[in-house]
Amino acid sequence: MKANAESILEVRDLVKHFPLTQGVVVKRQIGAIKAVDGVSFDLHRGETLGIVGESGCGKSTLAKLLMALERPTSGSVRVHGRDITTARGAELKRMRRNIQMVMQDPYTSLNPRMTVGDIVGEPFEIHTDVVPKGGRRRRVQELLEVVGLNPDHINRYPHQFSGGQRQRIGIARGLALQPEIIICDEPVSALDVSIQAQVMNLLERLQNEFDLAYIFIAHDLSVVRHISDRVAVMYLGKIVELGSDAQIYDGPTHPYTQALLSAVPVPDPEGRETRQRIILQGDPPSPANPPSGCHFRTRCWKAQDICAEQTPALEPRQGSGHPSACHFAEVRDVVNAQ
Amino acid sequence: MSDPTATQDLIKGADDPAASPVAVRGDRRSLWRDTWDILKRRKIFWISLVMLILFLLMAAFPTLFTHKDPEYATLAKSMEGPSADAWFGYDLQGRDVWARTIYGARTSIIVGVLATLATILLGGLTGVLAAYFGRWIDAVVSRVGEMFLGLPYVLGAIIILGTVAPAQSNPGKAMIMAVVIVVLALLGWPILMRIARSAVIQAKHQDYVQAARALGAGPLRIIFRHLLPNSLAPILVYATITIGSYIGAEATLSLLGIGLRPPVISWGIAIADHASYMRTGAHALLFPAAFLSLCVLTFVMLGEAVRDALDPKLR
Repeated sequence: MKANAESILEVRDLVKHFPLTQGVVVKRQIGAIKAVDGVSFDLHRGETLGIVGESGCGKSTLAKLLMALERPTSGSVRVHGRDITTARGAELKRMRRNIQMVMQDPYTSLNPRMTVGDIVGEPFEIHTDVVPKGGRRRRVQELLEVVGLNPDHINRYPHQFSGGQRQRIGIARGLALQPEIIICDEPVSALDVSIQAQVMNLLERLQNEFDLAYIFIAHDLSVVRHISDRVAVMYLGKIVELGSDAQIYDGPTHPYTQALLSAVPVPDPEGRETRQRIILQGDPPSPANPPSGCHFRTRCWKAQDICAEQTPALEPRQGSGHPSACHFAEVRDVVNAQ
Repeated sequence: MSDPTATQDLIKGADDPAASPVAVRGDRRSLWRDTWDILKRRKIFWISLVMLILFLLMAAFPTLFTHKDPEYATLAKSMEGPSADAWFGYDLQGRDVWARTIYGARTSIIVGVLATLATILLGGLTGVLAAYFGRWIDAVVSRVGEMFLGLPYVLGAIIILGTVAPAQSNPGKAMIMAVVIVVLALLGWPILMRIARSAVIQAKHQDYVQAARALGAGPLRIIFRHLLPNSLAPILVYATITIGSYIGAEATLSLLGIGLRPPVISWGIAIADHASYMRTGAHALLFPAAFLSLCVLTFVMLGEAVRDALDPKLR
């Protein structure tokens, strides 16, 4: 699962604004929800990029943009150099074979009126040239076996399975077209902790087996650390810090990352009481009206005048090797520090 | 570089004739099966089903129930009461009321069922299109539907029927029934359109529709494989109840003299013919009216049983 340099997905300055309209007959635009506000990153073959952030920071909108389920306001998403956001019709359909998705809620992501065989086999009905008609049923059963389900259950319906098993069905559907990229939008957050581990291990096994690249969206930091090679931290539609899992977890430079990490529960009771916790004040500002300059400045204890005037770029800062979008970035180990 | 051999092997296995054939079949327990399991435990379902079968038999094979000719009139027996010879007595023209009531079932049920089918086609299609494509299609369909809904039912029927088939005209049997069916569907489709529209909008935002889109599924596949099967329950429930209410509506129009008319035999016409003889010959009025009420009741009860089984949320 070692990542190499070839990037298969390039995201550049991706922006998605949802217009806010007023009026019944004549709709006037009175503003916009800036769900994703200038996001850029690369994804390499076979690596896992974790994306963390609190609710409403634009993680799921980002996933939908990458899947071409929403059209971006501006920016590009290039898969092998071709922009998926401007692709249409047959070209888009062909590109979709390379980038698939595992959804968050296993209870709503499977059509309750279709059998497991129909659900996992649907990709082959849409992309008819992948597997010849006679071999489809067999291929579906193999997929079920790959994700650890009994292939004899091909005629069962989703409601006859548990949450973890349903998520496996969703993963089998995502694997069917043999994509290189799978976007996992909080794939384990709806599951019990014990089942979470099983599904995570399955995802890791599949990654090794099929050389998949994951974009792993979650709000659970320990889950993301477990599976990710690199981690991007999002706040209010922007990536505020991006680095390898060691860089982010052991040497975070952005105050928001530090605050997030200081909230991770520590299992060791020794010294837990004396541990420094960074408690952020207030709620995240509305994405319809984000603060000027640095989006985080309203809740940041380091904020100065420059933070309101200049938007900090996501670039390597002094003393650390990974990019961080803070004027006053400095390494502070909040996880291991006492 | 990637190692695609692992997945390639999987595909190769698919074409391998030596691979063991799939013999084991898992047990199929669809949501429809569950619905049936709930349905068959309900007494109201069995009662309405027996009555429905009786009415359907009447409609399909009236000779099973009577050997008399419903058109044969003996004026001498006009308004004669029930007897062993004629169980329900004779009507104003001296025709057998029992025979006419039995033969009337066919017209009423055909009108009710066909008008409901037309309503489902018209309302369902517009509702699904409005919900799936949204934007201006939704706006146009919804506003047109509201215009039709704003038209008072009887007034609308009087205007349309009075124009298309005025009382002095003399259309054939099939033509009269077709016109009534079209009028009922034309005035009733907006309600079904709304039900279909809301059900599809609800289904449209489910994750499995997003997943299908992410796979590259086109609008037809999404509508027919994902949206319709998951929106069918409320449409089915409403349709069952609508059959009953259309049968009642047909009788209302016939009573007003603008719906069905002779030579068609129907309960509504029988009621209309004898409405003014309530005191002297109640039997000629009451028996068709009783059958009409029972038939409407059958469909309403069936619809309620189906609703309970299909959509526990609505209970």
